[in-house]
Amino acid sequence: MRKTGKNDPRPSEITPEAVYLNRRTLIAGAVAAGLLPSTGWAESGPTGPQLRHTRNAPLSTTETPNSWEDITTYNNYFEFGTEKADPAVNARAFRAQPWTVTVSGEAEVRGRFTLEDILKAHALEERIYRLRCVERWSMVIPWIGFPLGDFIRRFKPTSRARFVEFTTLHDPKRMPGQRYPVLEWPYREGLRMDEAMHPLAILGVGLYGRVLPNQSGAPLRLVVPWKYGMKSIKAIVKIAFTEKQPRNTWNVAIPDEYGFYMNVNPNVDHPRWSQARERRIGAGLFNEMQPTLMFNGYADQVASLYRGMDLAKYY
Amino acid sequence: MFDTFVRRVLKPAAFLACLLPLSRLVAGAFGFGGVSLGANPAEEILETLGKWTLNFLLITLCVTPARELTGLAPLLRLRRMLGLFAFTYAALHFTTYLVLDQELDLAGVLEDVAKRPYITIGFAALLMLIPLAATSTNAMMRRLGRRWQKLHRLVYVIAVLGVWHYYWQVKADVREPLIYAGILALLLGYRAWRAWRKRQARHRQAGAGHALQSGLPAVPARRPQAS
Repeated sequence: MRKTGKNDPRPSEITPEAVYLNRRTLIAGAVAAGLLPSTGWAESGPTGPQLRHTRNAPLSTTETPNSWEDITTYNNYFEFGTEKADPAVNARAFRAQPWTVTVSGEAEVRGRFTLEDILKAHALEERIYRLRCVERWSMVIPWIGFPLGDFIRRFKPTSRARFVEFTTLHDPKRMPGQRYPVLEWPYREGLRMDEAMHPLAILGVGLYGRVLPNQSGAPLRLVVPWKYGMKSIKAIVKIAFTEKQPRNTWNVAIPDEYGFYMNVNPNVDHPRWSQARERRIGAGLFNEMQPTLMFNGYADQVASLYRGMDLAKYY
Repeated sequence: MFDTFVRRVLKPAAFLACLLPLSRLVAGAFGFGGVSLGANPAEEILETLGKWTLNFLLITLCVTPARELTGLAPLLRLRRMLGLFAFTYAALHFTTYLVLDQELDLAGVLEDVAKRPYITIGFAALLMLIPLAATSTNAMMRRLGRRWQKLHRLVYVIAVLGVWHYYWQVKADVREPLIYAGILALLLGYRAWRAWRKRQARHRQAGAGHALQSGLPAVPARRPQAS
């Protein structure tokens, strides 16, 4: 357990979730005050079992997180449908427990582990991260998770382990979107070992202090905030340490549009659209476009990983 | 009787129905009536306007076959209105892109039109709709005569470009664009078949030795239909 440090915010400074200002909360408040007719919106707040965690302010952004409603109803999760609103509906019946993760490859410790076994060894932290999708929208999300590096160290990867490969569950009975070959199933992603060991990379198990909802990648997902959202693979069942660069699904699908690294980079256009700007969800219809930041604003922390690398070539 | 029904009941009702998709978006943008456009309303607005542009293009292309297969000529009164709604939704779709996506950055728009093929053809389709909308009045039809018919065949090109624009824009799931393409193929195929049948009929008449030297068509010339 990390002891409270002098940089942690005082309890009085921590804005309670209920006060996070967003469009709908303002309107809901106005409705309650009788200023607006009731629109019938049910603004849903965080639900689900709570997760004990500590705040990690140094690694979190101070930007206001998006609402639970926005984060859990706008998802790119093709395993549950290709429309943004699909996963919230189609993942309702998904059972994320029991869950096992297989660790394999170039490491001294390998095997199948239950999620409970994995989580036993890790203290959970809150990381408020920006998430930037390659489609040009972005959010700020208060994840609950633990450093991927801490997880990797437990398995003692050998010197041959140059990459970490992740695989999502493949079960069309439980994931109806997988019945249609819009992508090559199961979804696969990978990181270079130094990227995986970086303090910002986490394995995510929760959101807004609650257990991760199904549509957000329950029960275990990756969050790599300086890369486009596709790298933050969901519903992980396999983690492997490999010598060769892993296949990643979007690169297999459309290689000239999606590479392996997928670092957020306003200077490298997607072939079909510019990446210079992005739409911040929840900012209000006319306020949403803003400049995209190099490495999604995490350049100070991660730029050194890519020194000397041609980021236009290794996109 | 049916003509009166179309003029007084069907067309006004259809007009109101055509406004429904737009009203839903306006309601959602301002939060009226419990309509929610989701977490990314700008994207929802852009997509809905785009899809309804295609819907109206296809519906417009259905009018002539419907008229021919049912024999109910008054249906043709709806065609111009439906076509103009396609133009309206297309213009609104472009305006949404210009305002909410490009933030009125005209240079950005021109760059997109030049660099992104799917936007090039979308923009071309929009531009082609303009002369069609401008010549949609009765006065224009009279002025242009036979040329009106030829000009308005551009709608076939516009519809193809529109569907292609959608297909090219989609990230990976091409099912919906392919459905649109299939419907369009049927509607264009119908016209191709009808044109082929007419040519056959002309050849048969020519074989019987009628009026071909003077260049007069065997079938009486069809004047552009007023809607």
